[in-house]
Amino acid sequence: MKTWLDAWPVYRQLTGSDPLGRGKAARSEATESVVSRTATADRVVQSVCPYCAVGCGQKVFVKDEKVVQIEGDPDSPISRGRLCPKGSASKQLVTSPTRETKVRYRRPYGTEWEDLDLDTAMQMIADRVLDARRKGWQDEDGGRRVRRTMGIASLGGATLDNEENYLMKKLYSAMGAIQIENQARI
Amino acid sequence: MPGLGTSFGRGGATNYQQDLANSDCIVIEGSNMAECHPVGFQWVMEAKARGAKIIHIDPRFTRTSAVADLHVPIRAGADIAFLGGLINHVLDNDLYFKEYVVAYTNASALVNEEFQDTEDLDGLFSGYDPDKQHYDQKSWQYEPEEEPHSGHDDSAKAREQEEGSQHEDVKRTDQAQAAGSGGPPIAAKPKRDETLQHPRTVFQILKRHYSRYTPEMVAEVCGIEPQVFRTVADWVTSNSGRDRTTAWVYSVGWTQHTVGAQYIRTASILQTLLGNMGRPGGGIMALRGHASIQGSTDIPTLFNLLPGYLQMPNAIQHHSLDDFVAESQGVAGFWGNMRSYMVSLLKAWWGDAATAENDFCFDYLPRINGDHSSYRSIADMIEGKVKGYFLVGENPVIGHANGRMQRFGLANLEWLVVRDLQMIESASFWKDAAEIETGELVTDQIATEVFFLPAASHVEKEGTFTQTQRLLQWRHKAVEPPGDARSDLWFYFHLGRILRERLKDSTDPRDRPLLDLTWDYPTHGETADPSGEAVLREINGVGPDGRALSSYMELKDDGSTTSGCWIYCGVFADEVNQAARRKPGREQGPAALEWGWAWPLNRRLLYNRASADPDGKPWSERKKYVWWDEEAGKWDGIDVPDFEPKKRPDYVPPEGAKGPAALAGTDPFVMQSDGKAWLFAPKGLQDGPLPTHYEPAESPVKNGLYGVQANPTREQIDAPWNRTNPSSSSVFPFTFTTYRLTEHHTAGGMSRTLPYLAELQPEFFVEVSPELAEERGLEHGGWATIVSGRSAVEARVLVTERMRPMHVGGTVVHQIGVPYHWGSTGISTGDSGNDLTGVVMDPNVHIQESKAATCDIRPGRRPRGKALIEFMEDYRKRAGMESGLVPVGGRAPMDSVSGEAKPGRGPAAVQPGE
Amino acid sequence: MTSVSSASPAFTGKDPQNRLFGPLPDVTEEAGYEPDHPKRVGFFTDTSVCIGCKACEVACKEWNTLPMDDSHGTRDVIGLSGMSYDNTGQLGANSWRHVAFVEQSRVVDLPMPAVGLPGATRQDTGEPSPAGHAHQDDSLAEAQAHSVLNAEALSEFDPQTAQTGSDKQIRWLMSSDVCKHCTHAACLDVCPTGALFRTEYGTVVVQGDICNGCGYCVPACPYGVIDQRKDDGRVFKCTMCYDRLTDGLMPACATACPTQSIQFGDLDELQARADARLATLQSQGVETARLYGRDEDDGVGGAGAFFLLLDEPEVYGLPPDPVVTTRDLPAMWRAAATAAAMMVGVALSAVLGSRKR
Repeated sequence: MKTWLDAWPVYRQLTGSDPLGRGKAARSEATESVVSRTATADRVVQSVCPYCAVGCGQKVFVKDEKVVQIEGDPDSPISRGRLCPKGSASKQLVTSPTRETKVRYRRPYGTEWEDLDLDTAMQMIADRVLDARRKGWQDEDGGRRVRRTMGIASLGGATLDNEENYLMKKLYSAMGAIQIENQARI
Repeated sequence: MPGLGTSFGRGGATNYQQDLANSDCIVIEGSNMAECHPVGFQWVMEAKARGAKIIHIDPRFTRTSAVADLHVPIRAGADIAFLGGLINHVLDNDLYFKEYVVAYTNASALVNEEFQDTEDLDGLFSGYDPDKQHYDQKSWQYEPEEEPHSGHDDSAKAREQEEGSQHEDVKRTDQAQAAGSGGPPIAAKPKRDETLQHPRTVFQILKRHYSRYTPEMVAEVCGIEPQVFRTVADWVTSNSGRDRTTAWVYSVGWTQHTVGAQYIRTASILQTLLGNMGRPGGGIMALRGHASIQGSTDIPTLFNLLPGYLQMPNAIQHHSLDDFVAESQGVAGFWGNMRSYMVSLLKAWWGDAATAENDFCFDYLPRINGDHSSYRSIADMIEGKVKGYFLVGENPVIGHANGRMQRFGLANLEWLVVRDLQMIESASFWKDAAEIETGELVTDQIATEVFFLPAASHVEKEGTFTQTQRLLQWRHKAVEPPGDARSDLWFYFHLGRILRERLKDSTDPRDRPLLDLTWDYPTHGETADPSGEAVLREINGVGPDGRALSSYMELKDDGSTTSGCWIYCGVFADEVNQAARRKPGREQGPAALEWGWAWPLNRRLLYNRASADPDGKPWSERKKYVWWDEEAGKWDGIDVPDFEPKKRPDYVPPEGAKGPAALAGTDPFVMQSDGKAWLFAPKGLQDGPLPTHYEPAESPVKNGLYGVQANPTREQIDAPWNRTNPSSSSVFPFTFTTYRLTEHHTAGGMSRTLPYLAELQPEFFVEVSPELAEERGLEHGGWATIVSGRSAVEARVLVTERMRPMHVGGTVVHQIGVPYHWGSTGISTGDSGNDLTGVVMDPNVHIQESKAATCDIRPGRRPRGKALIEFMEDYRKRAGMESGLVPVGGRAPMDSVSGEAKPGRGPAAVQPGE
Repeated sequence: MTSVSSASPAFTGKDPQNRLFGPLPDVTEEAGYEPDHPKRVGFFTDTSVCIGCKACEVACKEWNTLPMDDSHGTRDVIGLSGMSYDNTGQLGANSWRHVAFVEQSRVVDLPMPAVGLPGATRQDTGEPSPAGHAHQDDSLAEAQAHSVLNAEALSEFDPQTAQTGSDKQIRWLMSSDVCKHCTHAACLDVCPTGALFRTEYGTVVVQGDICNGCGYCVPACPYGVIDQRKDDGRVFKCTMCYDRLTDGLMPACATACPTQSIQFGDLDELQARADARLATLQSQGVETARLYGRDEDDGVGGAGAFFLLLDEPEVYGLPPDPVVTTRDLPAMWRAAATAAAMMVGVALSAVLGSRKR
């Protein structure tokens, strides 16, 4: 009875220090149990904003293997914890329900997307790389030794990691592909 | 950026963002920093709070202008004229930093007698070949002090090398970009006249070259009133010198022009004359738009480069490793050790297979011979020459110039692999391209097989981004990617693994490079994700003992060391991932040397030897940064000195010294082969040793300075899908400039798909002045159709006084602002601004001119379907242009590329009435 | 139940009106918290350094997981507002931060330099230009021909004293608006359910588990801040990230703000900082700078979120002289005890009602 009465705002209001019921007496159960999801995260991971090249530090809060918050990292000497609207939308970026999470395949002359297994897709791509490499192969061009393929081109890198760019350039060069480009020219 | 590389020796931003707070004046030009780099802009605001003057020079009054002390509206495409005016002002009024200029620049160098300036040739330099549309640069060279150096002992061979470097196919390979970390090698140090009086000194040539860039001329060409020009000149010069420094900030507002590299060169010259380079609060800040765009040129996914700005070998000059290093072998400065960098790269890639006997597998590298850049590849796709295409985190259909051309390219592939977070237009073009509606593309006639592979986001993988100030920052992995999403590291590692498996029994020599490749990275997790740290360690390189190296100075040319990217050598020093260091900024000094790792060797402010006078003392107490400590016998300061730590300021290289030893104690630009900042670039740029104002390829006015209208060496692809508007055309009377908004990200894949960003800028709009709105009957909030020779798009109209008509050459030039983020997918959709832009490029870097082109604008929505083809063809006809009609599928061949005739016509074009 | 009446302690203090109007030195203790409660916190929004990036809007939505903005039911599909770069429009149930964009221009009389090639006269704009500008109004053409095309520093721009002349200056004001967390919060005072309450930090927060959507607070707010979500019925507004405060963090908007236009902290410290900033700006000649919501003698007893503005409040869409709508409530209550009793009744039923949810 006492407990029930304590929980009743009007009782608290009439007996406590908040006779107008505008503060302490009005606190609800939810309010009493409010907790910041930064406090309940399982871990916080230091990261870097993926948008422009300022390189703002980000803190990624993870709970139950899901990203629950991304905000500026105050430790960063560059950004000092601040983020622009895009950086502030990072959680929406990585948790977006419209993100594609399955391989999509469009066959030649096809009119719709189809499903495709990732491993199968990798094998099919490897087939096509070898085929295109062969079709576009040149040992010489204009009488000069070039040993390359003009059958394969690639675009992208400015949004990727250095390590990724490195493997790309290394692999493409080894297979003889030279038409390798990225946004850096744009 | 070759503009910076040829001037100072390295292509990266010369300073770091936090250092802007030390500036006494900041000029933001060719950049909309508050909108595009808002968080970096805090340092500008900090400088302002400390009393610095902030100047924004831009065609539009933007959110940057709103908080600047002065906004200077400039006609798009006129920056060289403006900066040239400032150079003239500085030289004319003796406002340059004399001691700095004499000691640290090539002002006193003498140039070849045969050199002729644009002053003499009405806008051309000596050596121009009108047929090939390029320069023979021999006459631009210094007058040598000694016999020209050659890496080849054989003088005939040396001559052949020199001839080779002037071959047009070599020139199209963007050699200038190889100045990203090492200035263009020059054969010998020049004769000098330190009084700067000799008429052939760089200084006197500079004076003559810019003498016609008067305030009146600036007004005439740029639309900037003389008194406003003077205000800028006064603020800049009074905030430069021993005690004060001015910083310049630029971005793609400068690079996306047919003379983009020269825009940056002009600022380099000005900042050098004012003594602002290598000093705190000074420098030239290049602001880049993508998280790792600096990284993707350092470790280049670019056709013309290998990691660390080593050139991709070309078929004309580079038959062997010796040929490859010949130009730089032994030249003064750190570029002289290029052979060590190259051999270490080859060892990193081909491991034990690379031996001294087989030239360290140099021959495994494919050769280039001409322009293989993105736009040229698209043109080749349209012609059916390219079979397969990978798009990795890019959406060129929206983000690159001439969307219609891009889509025709994709539609003529055999296969396309797209890796991205969200469905993007470049993957779904076969069903939602604008050309489907016009009938130029038909879904069930497009043969392109498309694989869309979902990518891991930045929190779902580990790795480094290199941000705009050359700083590598490691990201830890937070969570696993969802479903089939994988990192690009995963994709390329496993693709390579599968290819090597397929070929394992091959005896074909062309497969050796793949089979001998070092490709055994440790993996972890269920998906077998390769270790990013293992790759970073390979990039860093190891010594003979198998331990990670700590500096590129340790690299050897005998095959005993490896390094996947020599400028990144040190990022894994002491077997520690230095990029992952995160000592809080508030717990360390202003340069924050223990946060991440910057190339080269963790230096944050480049060329900082120049922050001290020739004797090694700070120019002033206020601008103290790096200095010579006589007692300790080394350089000291608040940053890592960008100099050999123990080289005395009074060191004079002995006769015959090579490499770094050939640089004096007063040569701060250690990657230049003469140790000096280049006011005049005797080598390295295709379009002239000095920046010269040319009009954009599409301009509403005539060049007010010279008879030559536009950059004579610009690269142009002419085809029905890429027509260039004639200049001074009454059909395309207005200038438009493209840009992006704070609320969106480039081609929109990472912003139009997100509710919180999409709602902030929900629709494609264009910005026009009230005067233009009245003239063309445009209604605020209503629709307008914008037309260029490429296409027509519709957008909502924002009428704003932030856009101003410019008074230029006796006429009024109206400018239209076109943000380019939109496309057909996502939450916020609309026509794409880049359907308007054409492909006409800077000859140095193949960057397109999307910051200044011409168009028409009219009220109302655009025609649709076949009517659009008719509408466009009518425009082109009225403007006196060739037809833009293409056959179904878009496969219309090129008519010409930069003056080269391209024979043949393709199948019949889709007619408007069909 | 008549104890909540004119006889209750609420109205028998030294200054009966103090609880609903005028300065209040400790709004938190007034709300019943122990004297060792945290200091009152607030926002100081310095619009003179706002770059209009809207990071505050997004960071707020991300933290508070707000829906896209269709709170007014007027925007079924997102569309361009035409109000400069503002497509949010106003504060609402789904937009707890709102950046206003104000474009201003004025003409001024500055000396007109001669323009043209040396020796050439080119002031004659009589010649038709290629785009057919000939039909332009002469005075406009004349004005353009002489325009000194620069916009001056903020410090030199004073739209209140615009002069006639041929030159044009532009100013683009940006300001991030938010709930004011008033000292005397009408929303809280009229709330019959106790859903709105004063936190231990002195801020005003809606408790979603109590609110029954009666909407009384909506017209009560003198700033038009608090708003009902159409599909939900309940009201929503800025909480000053009450949950984050409990973890020692700043609100999401202030955390993100790139230029520290939005500053969060103890209110007294912010007030001192704002006073200093105002003095600095005024010493630089920015005569139009002023503080808004700083004065505890104003109609709401001073705001917990206050602003430095560069123009009249109306320019930013802020009421020039907001007054707490419950200022006269004590008098009304004294005159109508039954009404007060009824309110308690409503409160009780609402509380019990919300329990059933």
